[in-house]
Amino acid sequence: MSSDTAAISNLGALRDSYKYGFVTDIESDTAPPGLNEDTVRFISAKKGEPQWLLDWRLDAYRRWQKMENPDWAKLRIAPIDYQAATYYSAPKLASGPKSLDEVDPALLQTYEKLGIPLHERAALAGVAVDAVFDSVSVATTFKKTLGDLGIIFCSFGEAVREHPDLVRKYLGSVVPQGDNFFAALNSAVFSDGSFVYVPKGLRCPMELSTYFRINAAKTGQFERTLIICDKDSYVSYLEGCTAPQRDENQLHAAVVELVALEGAQIKYSTVQNWYPGDTDGKGGIYNFVTKRGACRGARAKISWTQVETGSAITWKYPSCILEGDDSVGEFYSVAITNNMQQADTGTKMIHLGKNTRSTIISKGISAGRGQNTYRGLVRIQPKAQNARNYTQCDSLLIGDRCGAHTVPYIETRNPTARVEHEATTSKISDDQMFYCQSRGLSREDSLSLIVNGFCKAVLKELPMEFAVEAQKLLAVSLEGSVG
Amino acid sequence: MLDIKNLHARIADGREILKGITLSIGPGATHAIMGPNGSGKSTLAGVLAGKPGYEVTQGEVLYNGRDLLAMPADERAREGVFLAFQYPVEIPGVNNMYFLRAALNATRKQRGEPDLDAGQFLKAVRAKLKLLEIGEDLLQRGVNVGFSGGEKKRNEIFQMAMLEPKLAILDETDSGLDIDALQTVAKGINALHSLDRAVLMITHYQRLLDFVVPDQVHVLANGRIVKSGGKELALELEKTGYAGVGDAA
Repeated sequence: MSSDTAAISNLGALRDSYKYGFVTDIESDTAPPGLNEDTVRFISAKKGEPQWLLDWRLDAYRRWQKMENPDWAKLRIAPIDYQAATYYSAPKLASGPKSLDEVDPALLQTYEKLGIPLHERAALAGVAVDAVFDSVSVATTFKKTLGDLGIIFCSFGEAVREHPDLVRKYLGSVVPQGDNFFAALNSAVFSDGSFVYVPKGLRCPMELSTYFRINAAKTGQFERTLIICDKDSYVSYLEGCTAPQRDENQLHAAVVELVALEGAQIKYSTVQNWYPGDTDGKGGIYNFVTKRGACRGARAKISWTQVETGSAITWKYPSCILEGDDSVGEFYSVAITNNMQQADTGTKMIHLGKNTRSTIISKGISAGRGQNTYRGLVRIQPKAQNARNYTQCDSLLIGDRCGAHTVPYIETRNPTARVEHEATTSKISDDQMFYCQSRGLSREDSLSLIVNGFCKAVLKELPMEFAVEAQKLLAVSLEGSVG
Repeated sequence: MLDIKNLHARIADGREILKGITLSIGPGATHAIMGPNGSGKSTLAGVLAGKPGYEVTQGEVLYNGRDLLAMPADERAREGVFLAFQYPVEIPGVNNMYFLRAALNATRKQRGEPDLDAGQFLKAVRAKLKLLEIGEDLLQRGVNVGFSGGEKKRNEIFQMAMLEPKLAILDETDSGLDIDALQTVAKGINALHSLDRAVLMITHYQRLLDFVVPDQVHVLANGRIVKSGGKELALELEKTGYAGVGDAA
């Protein structure tokens, strides 16, 4: 009867509860498996890219070949055969439809089923969506509405064609090709993603969002997102992800670069719900992602909010480089690991400018045999006078077979810096569960209530529509974790 | 309404705490259970509400003719059994009002009633708040988080007033209350009184019984009821202490 001792007695539920596990039957244009320079050329040619971008990719590929899989994270990763994977898969006829009417109905249905209607009349009010299916963007909504304001919101491929100067100027300026193993791989083979540019002084009137869907088997997804906020502009960007249930692991190695110029603000929210694998740890997505933002001017601000519930393995450290004086970086994170899931996630806050401030709130929840690590770096450079950081890391354990780990690194090279770090680890208590149940709430509802309360400081940072989704997702992700 | 027959229960280390309790409470009745520390009072409350960590080894408990012990704790609650905790539990980040509404709607669902909408809920809340002299700010705080001892106890009775249980079990609700708070809490308990409800008050001292007058008083000692009587028994205990009745066990 005790939630601690009898936890994990009913784990079958999770597999059934992953409601996004279906496969869309659609004809695809797929590259042969394997990775070499020809693969890179194939992708670049498919996208009709200019020579400079092909050279950029090949440079990345050559760097990647000399690099090793990183092994410093607290993750057990089965060896990945990079030659067995497919690096490009696109639904046929979907390359660059002019309007939503030209999008394959099977794709529209897929997104409908995922709760993301792409018809603008049915779409969520105030949210523009770029839908990425395997390797390509299949549709972008509200493009014209935004375009009239001067806001560019399109697929990465289109940005390369239509706005080459912006892409060339900023691509790789925050995450260089050789930054790390997965970023180098992405730089070589990235296929699509989203591009955003908000002009000076403009506040983007709607939430922009990208919905990533992996469909094809044995295929990796390598998307690249680049968001540029010009002086004194603002954008709120949302990202959601799902994938079918498959027995083999699939690699998702994305790169996201954010550039906030003077006085600009970027709010980037993620609800990551990739297929987590089954209860025995079979299958699931390897989510190895590099996300980084640069505050390039005074008073710029970048906020990362993430709710990580899916993926077999998550390796992800959305970071901020605080170059401008008085710039602000924030990282709010909820990471759940249930069953055999592993997560090693956190952030890096690099303080370069004067009076720069950063806040880190991390909530890790471990259930089943899940392993959850917070790994974070706060670095105050010599010129960062009066830099401030506040870090709070809380871990919640459900049952007695899971693990929570906190690995904070603090490097201070300026004596005026003030860095605070607080960390707690607690178990969901039988008393809390009983208290809720004694008021009539079921075990599942009680757990969901307690966990949502634990995550409140992060969830309140999410845009409204996402917050509701995230709350539901937390409950679903923990289904079966109490007996 | 509640029939406890020869109830034996032990805790995880095997120690038997309840050693054959028999007690019957009818609708409309208010019973008090008194006894020294360690006599098994809170164990009885816990077993009745379905708290984990106890094993019933003998006996049965019927609630409106149904086997109460076979129901999980949440079902008991939805069927109208309410336990006011001696030590209410903190749930950080969960708004007190939200919690109450979730609880109320879970119970209403069981009864086949629709969820209360925000307006109806707020109206009901305001009336009960006034009764228990609770400030509205308490509702916006995390469940029991940062509440004073008195606020926690008042909040329990407030929840009870909102949930309108059929059987209310009050575990040392009077402990830690000053006389004013005690009177307010008593007012809340008395307001709930009706012919189809029953109250079981568990207390160490008789002072709560000055304000909530029981029909029957039972003395618990060493896991058994050793003496039962009217409200005068409580006054008698106050004079003689538990030492005298304890011998009878």
